[in-house]
Order: sequence, then structure tokens, then C-alpha cells
Amino acid sequence: MQDRSTPPGETPKIRAEDLHKSFHGKVVLDGIDLSLAEGESLVVVGPSGTGKSVLLKHLIGLIQPDSGRIFVDGQDFWALSDRERTGVRKKFGMSFQEGALFDSMSVFDNVAFPLRRSGRPPAEVRDRVRECLAIVRLENVEGKRPSELSGGMRRRVGFARAIAHQPEILLFDEPNTGLDPIMTDVIDEVILEMKEKLDVSIVTITHHVESARKIGDRVALLAGGRLLFEASPEEFLKSDHPAVRQFVQGSAKGPLTVEFEREEKKAVSEVP
Amino acid sequence: MRLLEAIGRALLRVLEELGRFFQMLGQTVGWSIRPPYDVPEHFRQMVRVGVDSIPVVFLTTLFTGMVMALQTFHGFARFHAEGFVGSVVALSLTRELAPVLTALMVTGRVGSAMAAELGTMRVTEQIDALTALGTEPVQYLVVPRVVASIAMMPLLVILGDAIGMYGGYLVAVQLLGANPITYVENSFQFLEVSDVTSGIVKAAVFGLIFSLVACVRGYYTEGGAEGVGRATTRAVVGGSLSILFADFFLTKLLF
Repeated sequence: MQDRSTPPGETPKIRAEDLHKSFHGKVVLDGIDLSLAEGESLVVVGPSGTGKSVLLKHLIGLIQPDSGRIFVDGQDFWALSDRERTGVRKKFGMSFQEGALFDSMSVFDNVAFPLRRSGRPPAEVRDRVRECLAIVRLENVEGKRPSELSGGMRRRVGFARAIAHQPEILLFDEPNTGLDPIMTDVIDEVILEMKEKLDVSIVTITHHVESARKIGDRVALLAGGRLLFEASPEEFLKSDHPAVRQFVQGSAKGPLTVEFEREEKKAVSEVP
Repeated sequence: MRLLEAIGRALLRVLEELGRFFQMLGQTVGWSIRPPYDVPEHFRQMVRVGVDSIPVVFLTTLFTGMVMALQTFHGFARFHAEGFVGSVVALSLTRELAPVLTALMVTGRVGSAMAAELGTMRVTEQIDALTALGTEPVQYLVVPRVVASIAMMPLLVILGDAIGMYGGYLVAVQLLGANPITYVENSFQFLEVSDVTSGIVKAAVFGLIFSLVACVRGYYTEGGAEGVGRATTRAVVGGSLSILFADFFLTKLLF
């Protein structure tokens, strides 16, 4: 898997080795291997509740794996000191599911946050905030509070905040979940634009097959705590892997459901 | 068997809580000495903990001083010791009542707000977002709140001492007709500097305790809006109980 995505001799931006994670005895990640090449856009799809967000949070070190290692630019993330880890995290920009904007601050202050924290002068901060908001196609919202914005706008402010400090890797957690079809498409286009303009590597988590096709160089299916299949978007859509077929066609019957039902039964029988 | 199990589980939970508390204490100390120092944020929190709490502390200690004077006056009148009302009010306020009551009121007012704020930030992923933006959340959120609480509690208690003693004076002199000059004289006659400083030390420790309990509660919130509610309640209950425990041991230690 690693061979296909990364040419020999080149260090991948991110490499995850055999990640395992359980919460309260429930296995969420069960041996994930993954790598992301420089400038590549990887999309991880999968049914809801399969630990896609958990996987993404592992990549930026918000969650520590029970076992397994994560390398960012060849550095073993959890072998670093606190301070070095904070430094490595600055290579990342992450957009959260509901935006996770700081609701006590205006849009401007939100986007300016990472810039001010790294001590940039005010004039530079102002220009950079404008620039970032323009990239995500927002204007005249600087003074507004996050609560005054629509869902799609909040996501895009989150994008602007994620790219403000010029990260090398962007992570998108369900960027277009819960948005109307038109806004979903706008978000996809904004992500594509960022990919082209900003020279970044991207990992996106989504359950929209259509978005995956549009923004991914590579698509992987996560189910049951493992990456079951990965391929280029074209191959992914045409694949006759049973789980992929079920997910792409959105069918209620198939291997994914069987797995899901087994989990549910187990959960029910565990209740004392 | 079941009983033993329940006891064991409760004990484990208490130990886990203590572990979290001391872990957060260690992290807070560690991050407080590392740059960057966010001075404006520290001042903002000081205003919230200190300045905004003045009305509550004013009323609490004023009425406490007044009640103290009223109660002791009638009690002491039975053996003709009315002259000592001022001393009793001054001593009990500075050593005990002003620090403890101020801490309890501020826990309810500020501790609950801290837990709710951090809890909401946790469940809406804002704390994750801070980490993702290369900012250590303990340093950005917890350190200013704890530092501000440790710094402002002693000042609030000094204010409370003064207001409480004035409340006692008001009742004794205006209401019960004590001699104003002897009352003031008696107030300060037996009062030593160590009485006031011990109250101030207590106040600083209480500030550390309530703010850290509240921050731990908020920081580790789980489970949406309900979780935030639970965190807030536990911050107030846990903070208040810890203050009362700590008060006993501090009193034992300081005298």
C-alpha cells in the first residue's frame, strides 16, 4: 500500500503504522496502515460511526493510539517532546465537523488566532486574514460572530482559520455533512481550489461518494476499524469489492451492514 | 460482596479524580512558566474572577459581619461581655468566615462559569481546534484562570475582612447601642497580623482549588449538553467540598 502511494526514496508527509485504538473496550481502529504522499489528496469514506473522525484525529495527534506509530515528515510523532509536538502540529491545518469556531470571538479574530499566537505584526495579520477569507469565497463577514453565520459559512471560516498559518497538510473532517447540495458542491470546489493554489497534502473524511470522486486522488474505505480497500476514484467507483459496491450504491444489504448488525447485537447483549 | 465491589469502585473513582487533579496541577505549573505569556488574557480573567465578584463578596461578608455581631451580642450579654463583640467578629471573620464564605461564593459564581465554558469548548471541539492550531489548551485556557484565581482571592478576602468588620460595627453601634470607640478598640485589640495573613494564605489556596477543580471538570467533559451540565454541577459541589476539607487541614497546619 505504501509502495503505491509514495515513490521509493521519498518520505511520505504522513505515514501511519498499524494503529490500534479502543474506547471503553470498544475497538475503533483495528490495525490501520496509511500513507499520504506530498501534494496528494486522500479521501477516506465509510459509514457513519466507523471511527473516521477518530482516525483523522490520530493523524494530527489529538488522540494517542493504543499501539502503532505515526510519522510526520519521517518523524515519529509520539516519540517527540511536548514542545516538538506542538511544532509539528503547526504543519497541519484542520477543519472540524461543525467548524469548531471559537464562539467568543469574531470571524476576524478566529482566522487571526493562529497568526497572532505566532506573533505576526497586526498589519500582516489583517492582510493574511482577508486573503484567507477570499480563498474560501467569503467577504464582509469579518465582524460577525460565528453564531450569526450559516452552516456552510461556518465551515468555510473554519477552512480559512485552518489555512491561515500556511500549513503543509490539511485535514477535513466531514466538510460537507449536513449542508444542502449546492453548498456541498461549493465546499468541494473550495477544497479543490485550495489544493491547487496552496501546494498542500490533504486528507478528507466524508461519506459523500460524489465529493470523494471530485476531490480525491485516492479513495479509501474505512469499515470495522480497518481500511478495506483503496484505489483511485475511478477504480473505486468501478470496483466489485463487495463492501465498496455496497457503499457506493448506498444499499442496505451487504457486508458493511452485516458487520454493523453484529456490532449492534453485541452492544445489546452486553447490556446487563 | 456487592458492597465491597461498590466501595472498591467508589474508591477507584476518587483516586482517578485525584490523579486527574494532580496531573492538571502539574501541567498547569509546567505551562505557566513557559512562554508565550498571554498577559491580556490573564487580566481578562482577573477582572472576571476579581472585579466582577466584588458585589457578591460585598453582600456576603457585610451580612455575615452583621449577623455575627447580632448573635454574639445577645450571647455575650448573658455574662456581661458585650465589649468583646468587636474582637470576636474581627477574629472569626479574618481567620475563618471571610476566606471560606468568599471562596464558596466565588466557586458558585466563577467556578461554575469556568466549567461550563471549558465544557462547551470541549464538546464543540474548540479545545481540539486549539491543539490543532498549535496552541496548548492547558496553557491558553487553564493557566490564566488558575493564576487569576490565586491572585484575586486574597484581594477579595481583604476586602471581605474590611466590609464584614464594618457590618459588625454597624449593627453593634447603630442597632444595639454599643460605644463606637470601645467597639473599634476591642476589634483591633486582640487582632494580630498573623490572623489576617493566615486568612489570605487560605484564600490563595482556595483560589487554586476551586479554579483547578472547575477547569478539570470542564476540560474532561464528555457527552454533549448534558455533560456540560454535569460538569458544572460537579465543579461547584466538588470545589465547595474540597474547600471545606482543605480549610480544616489548613487551619490545623497554620496554627
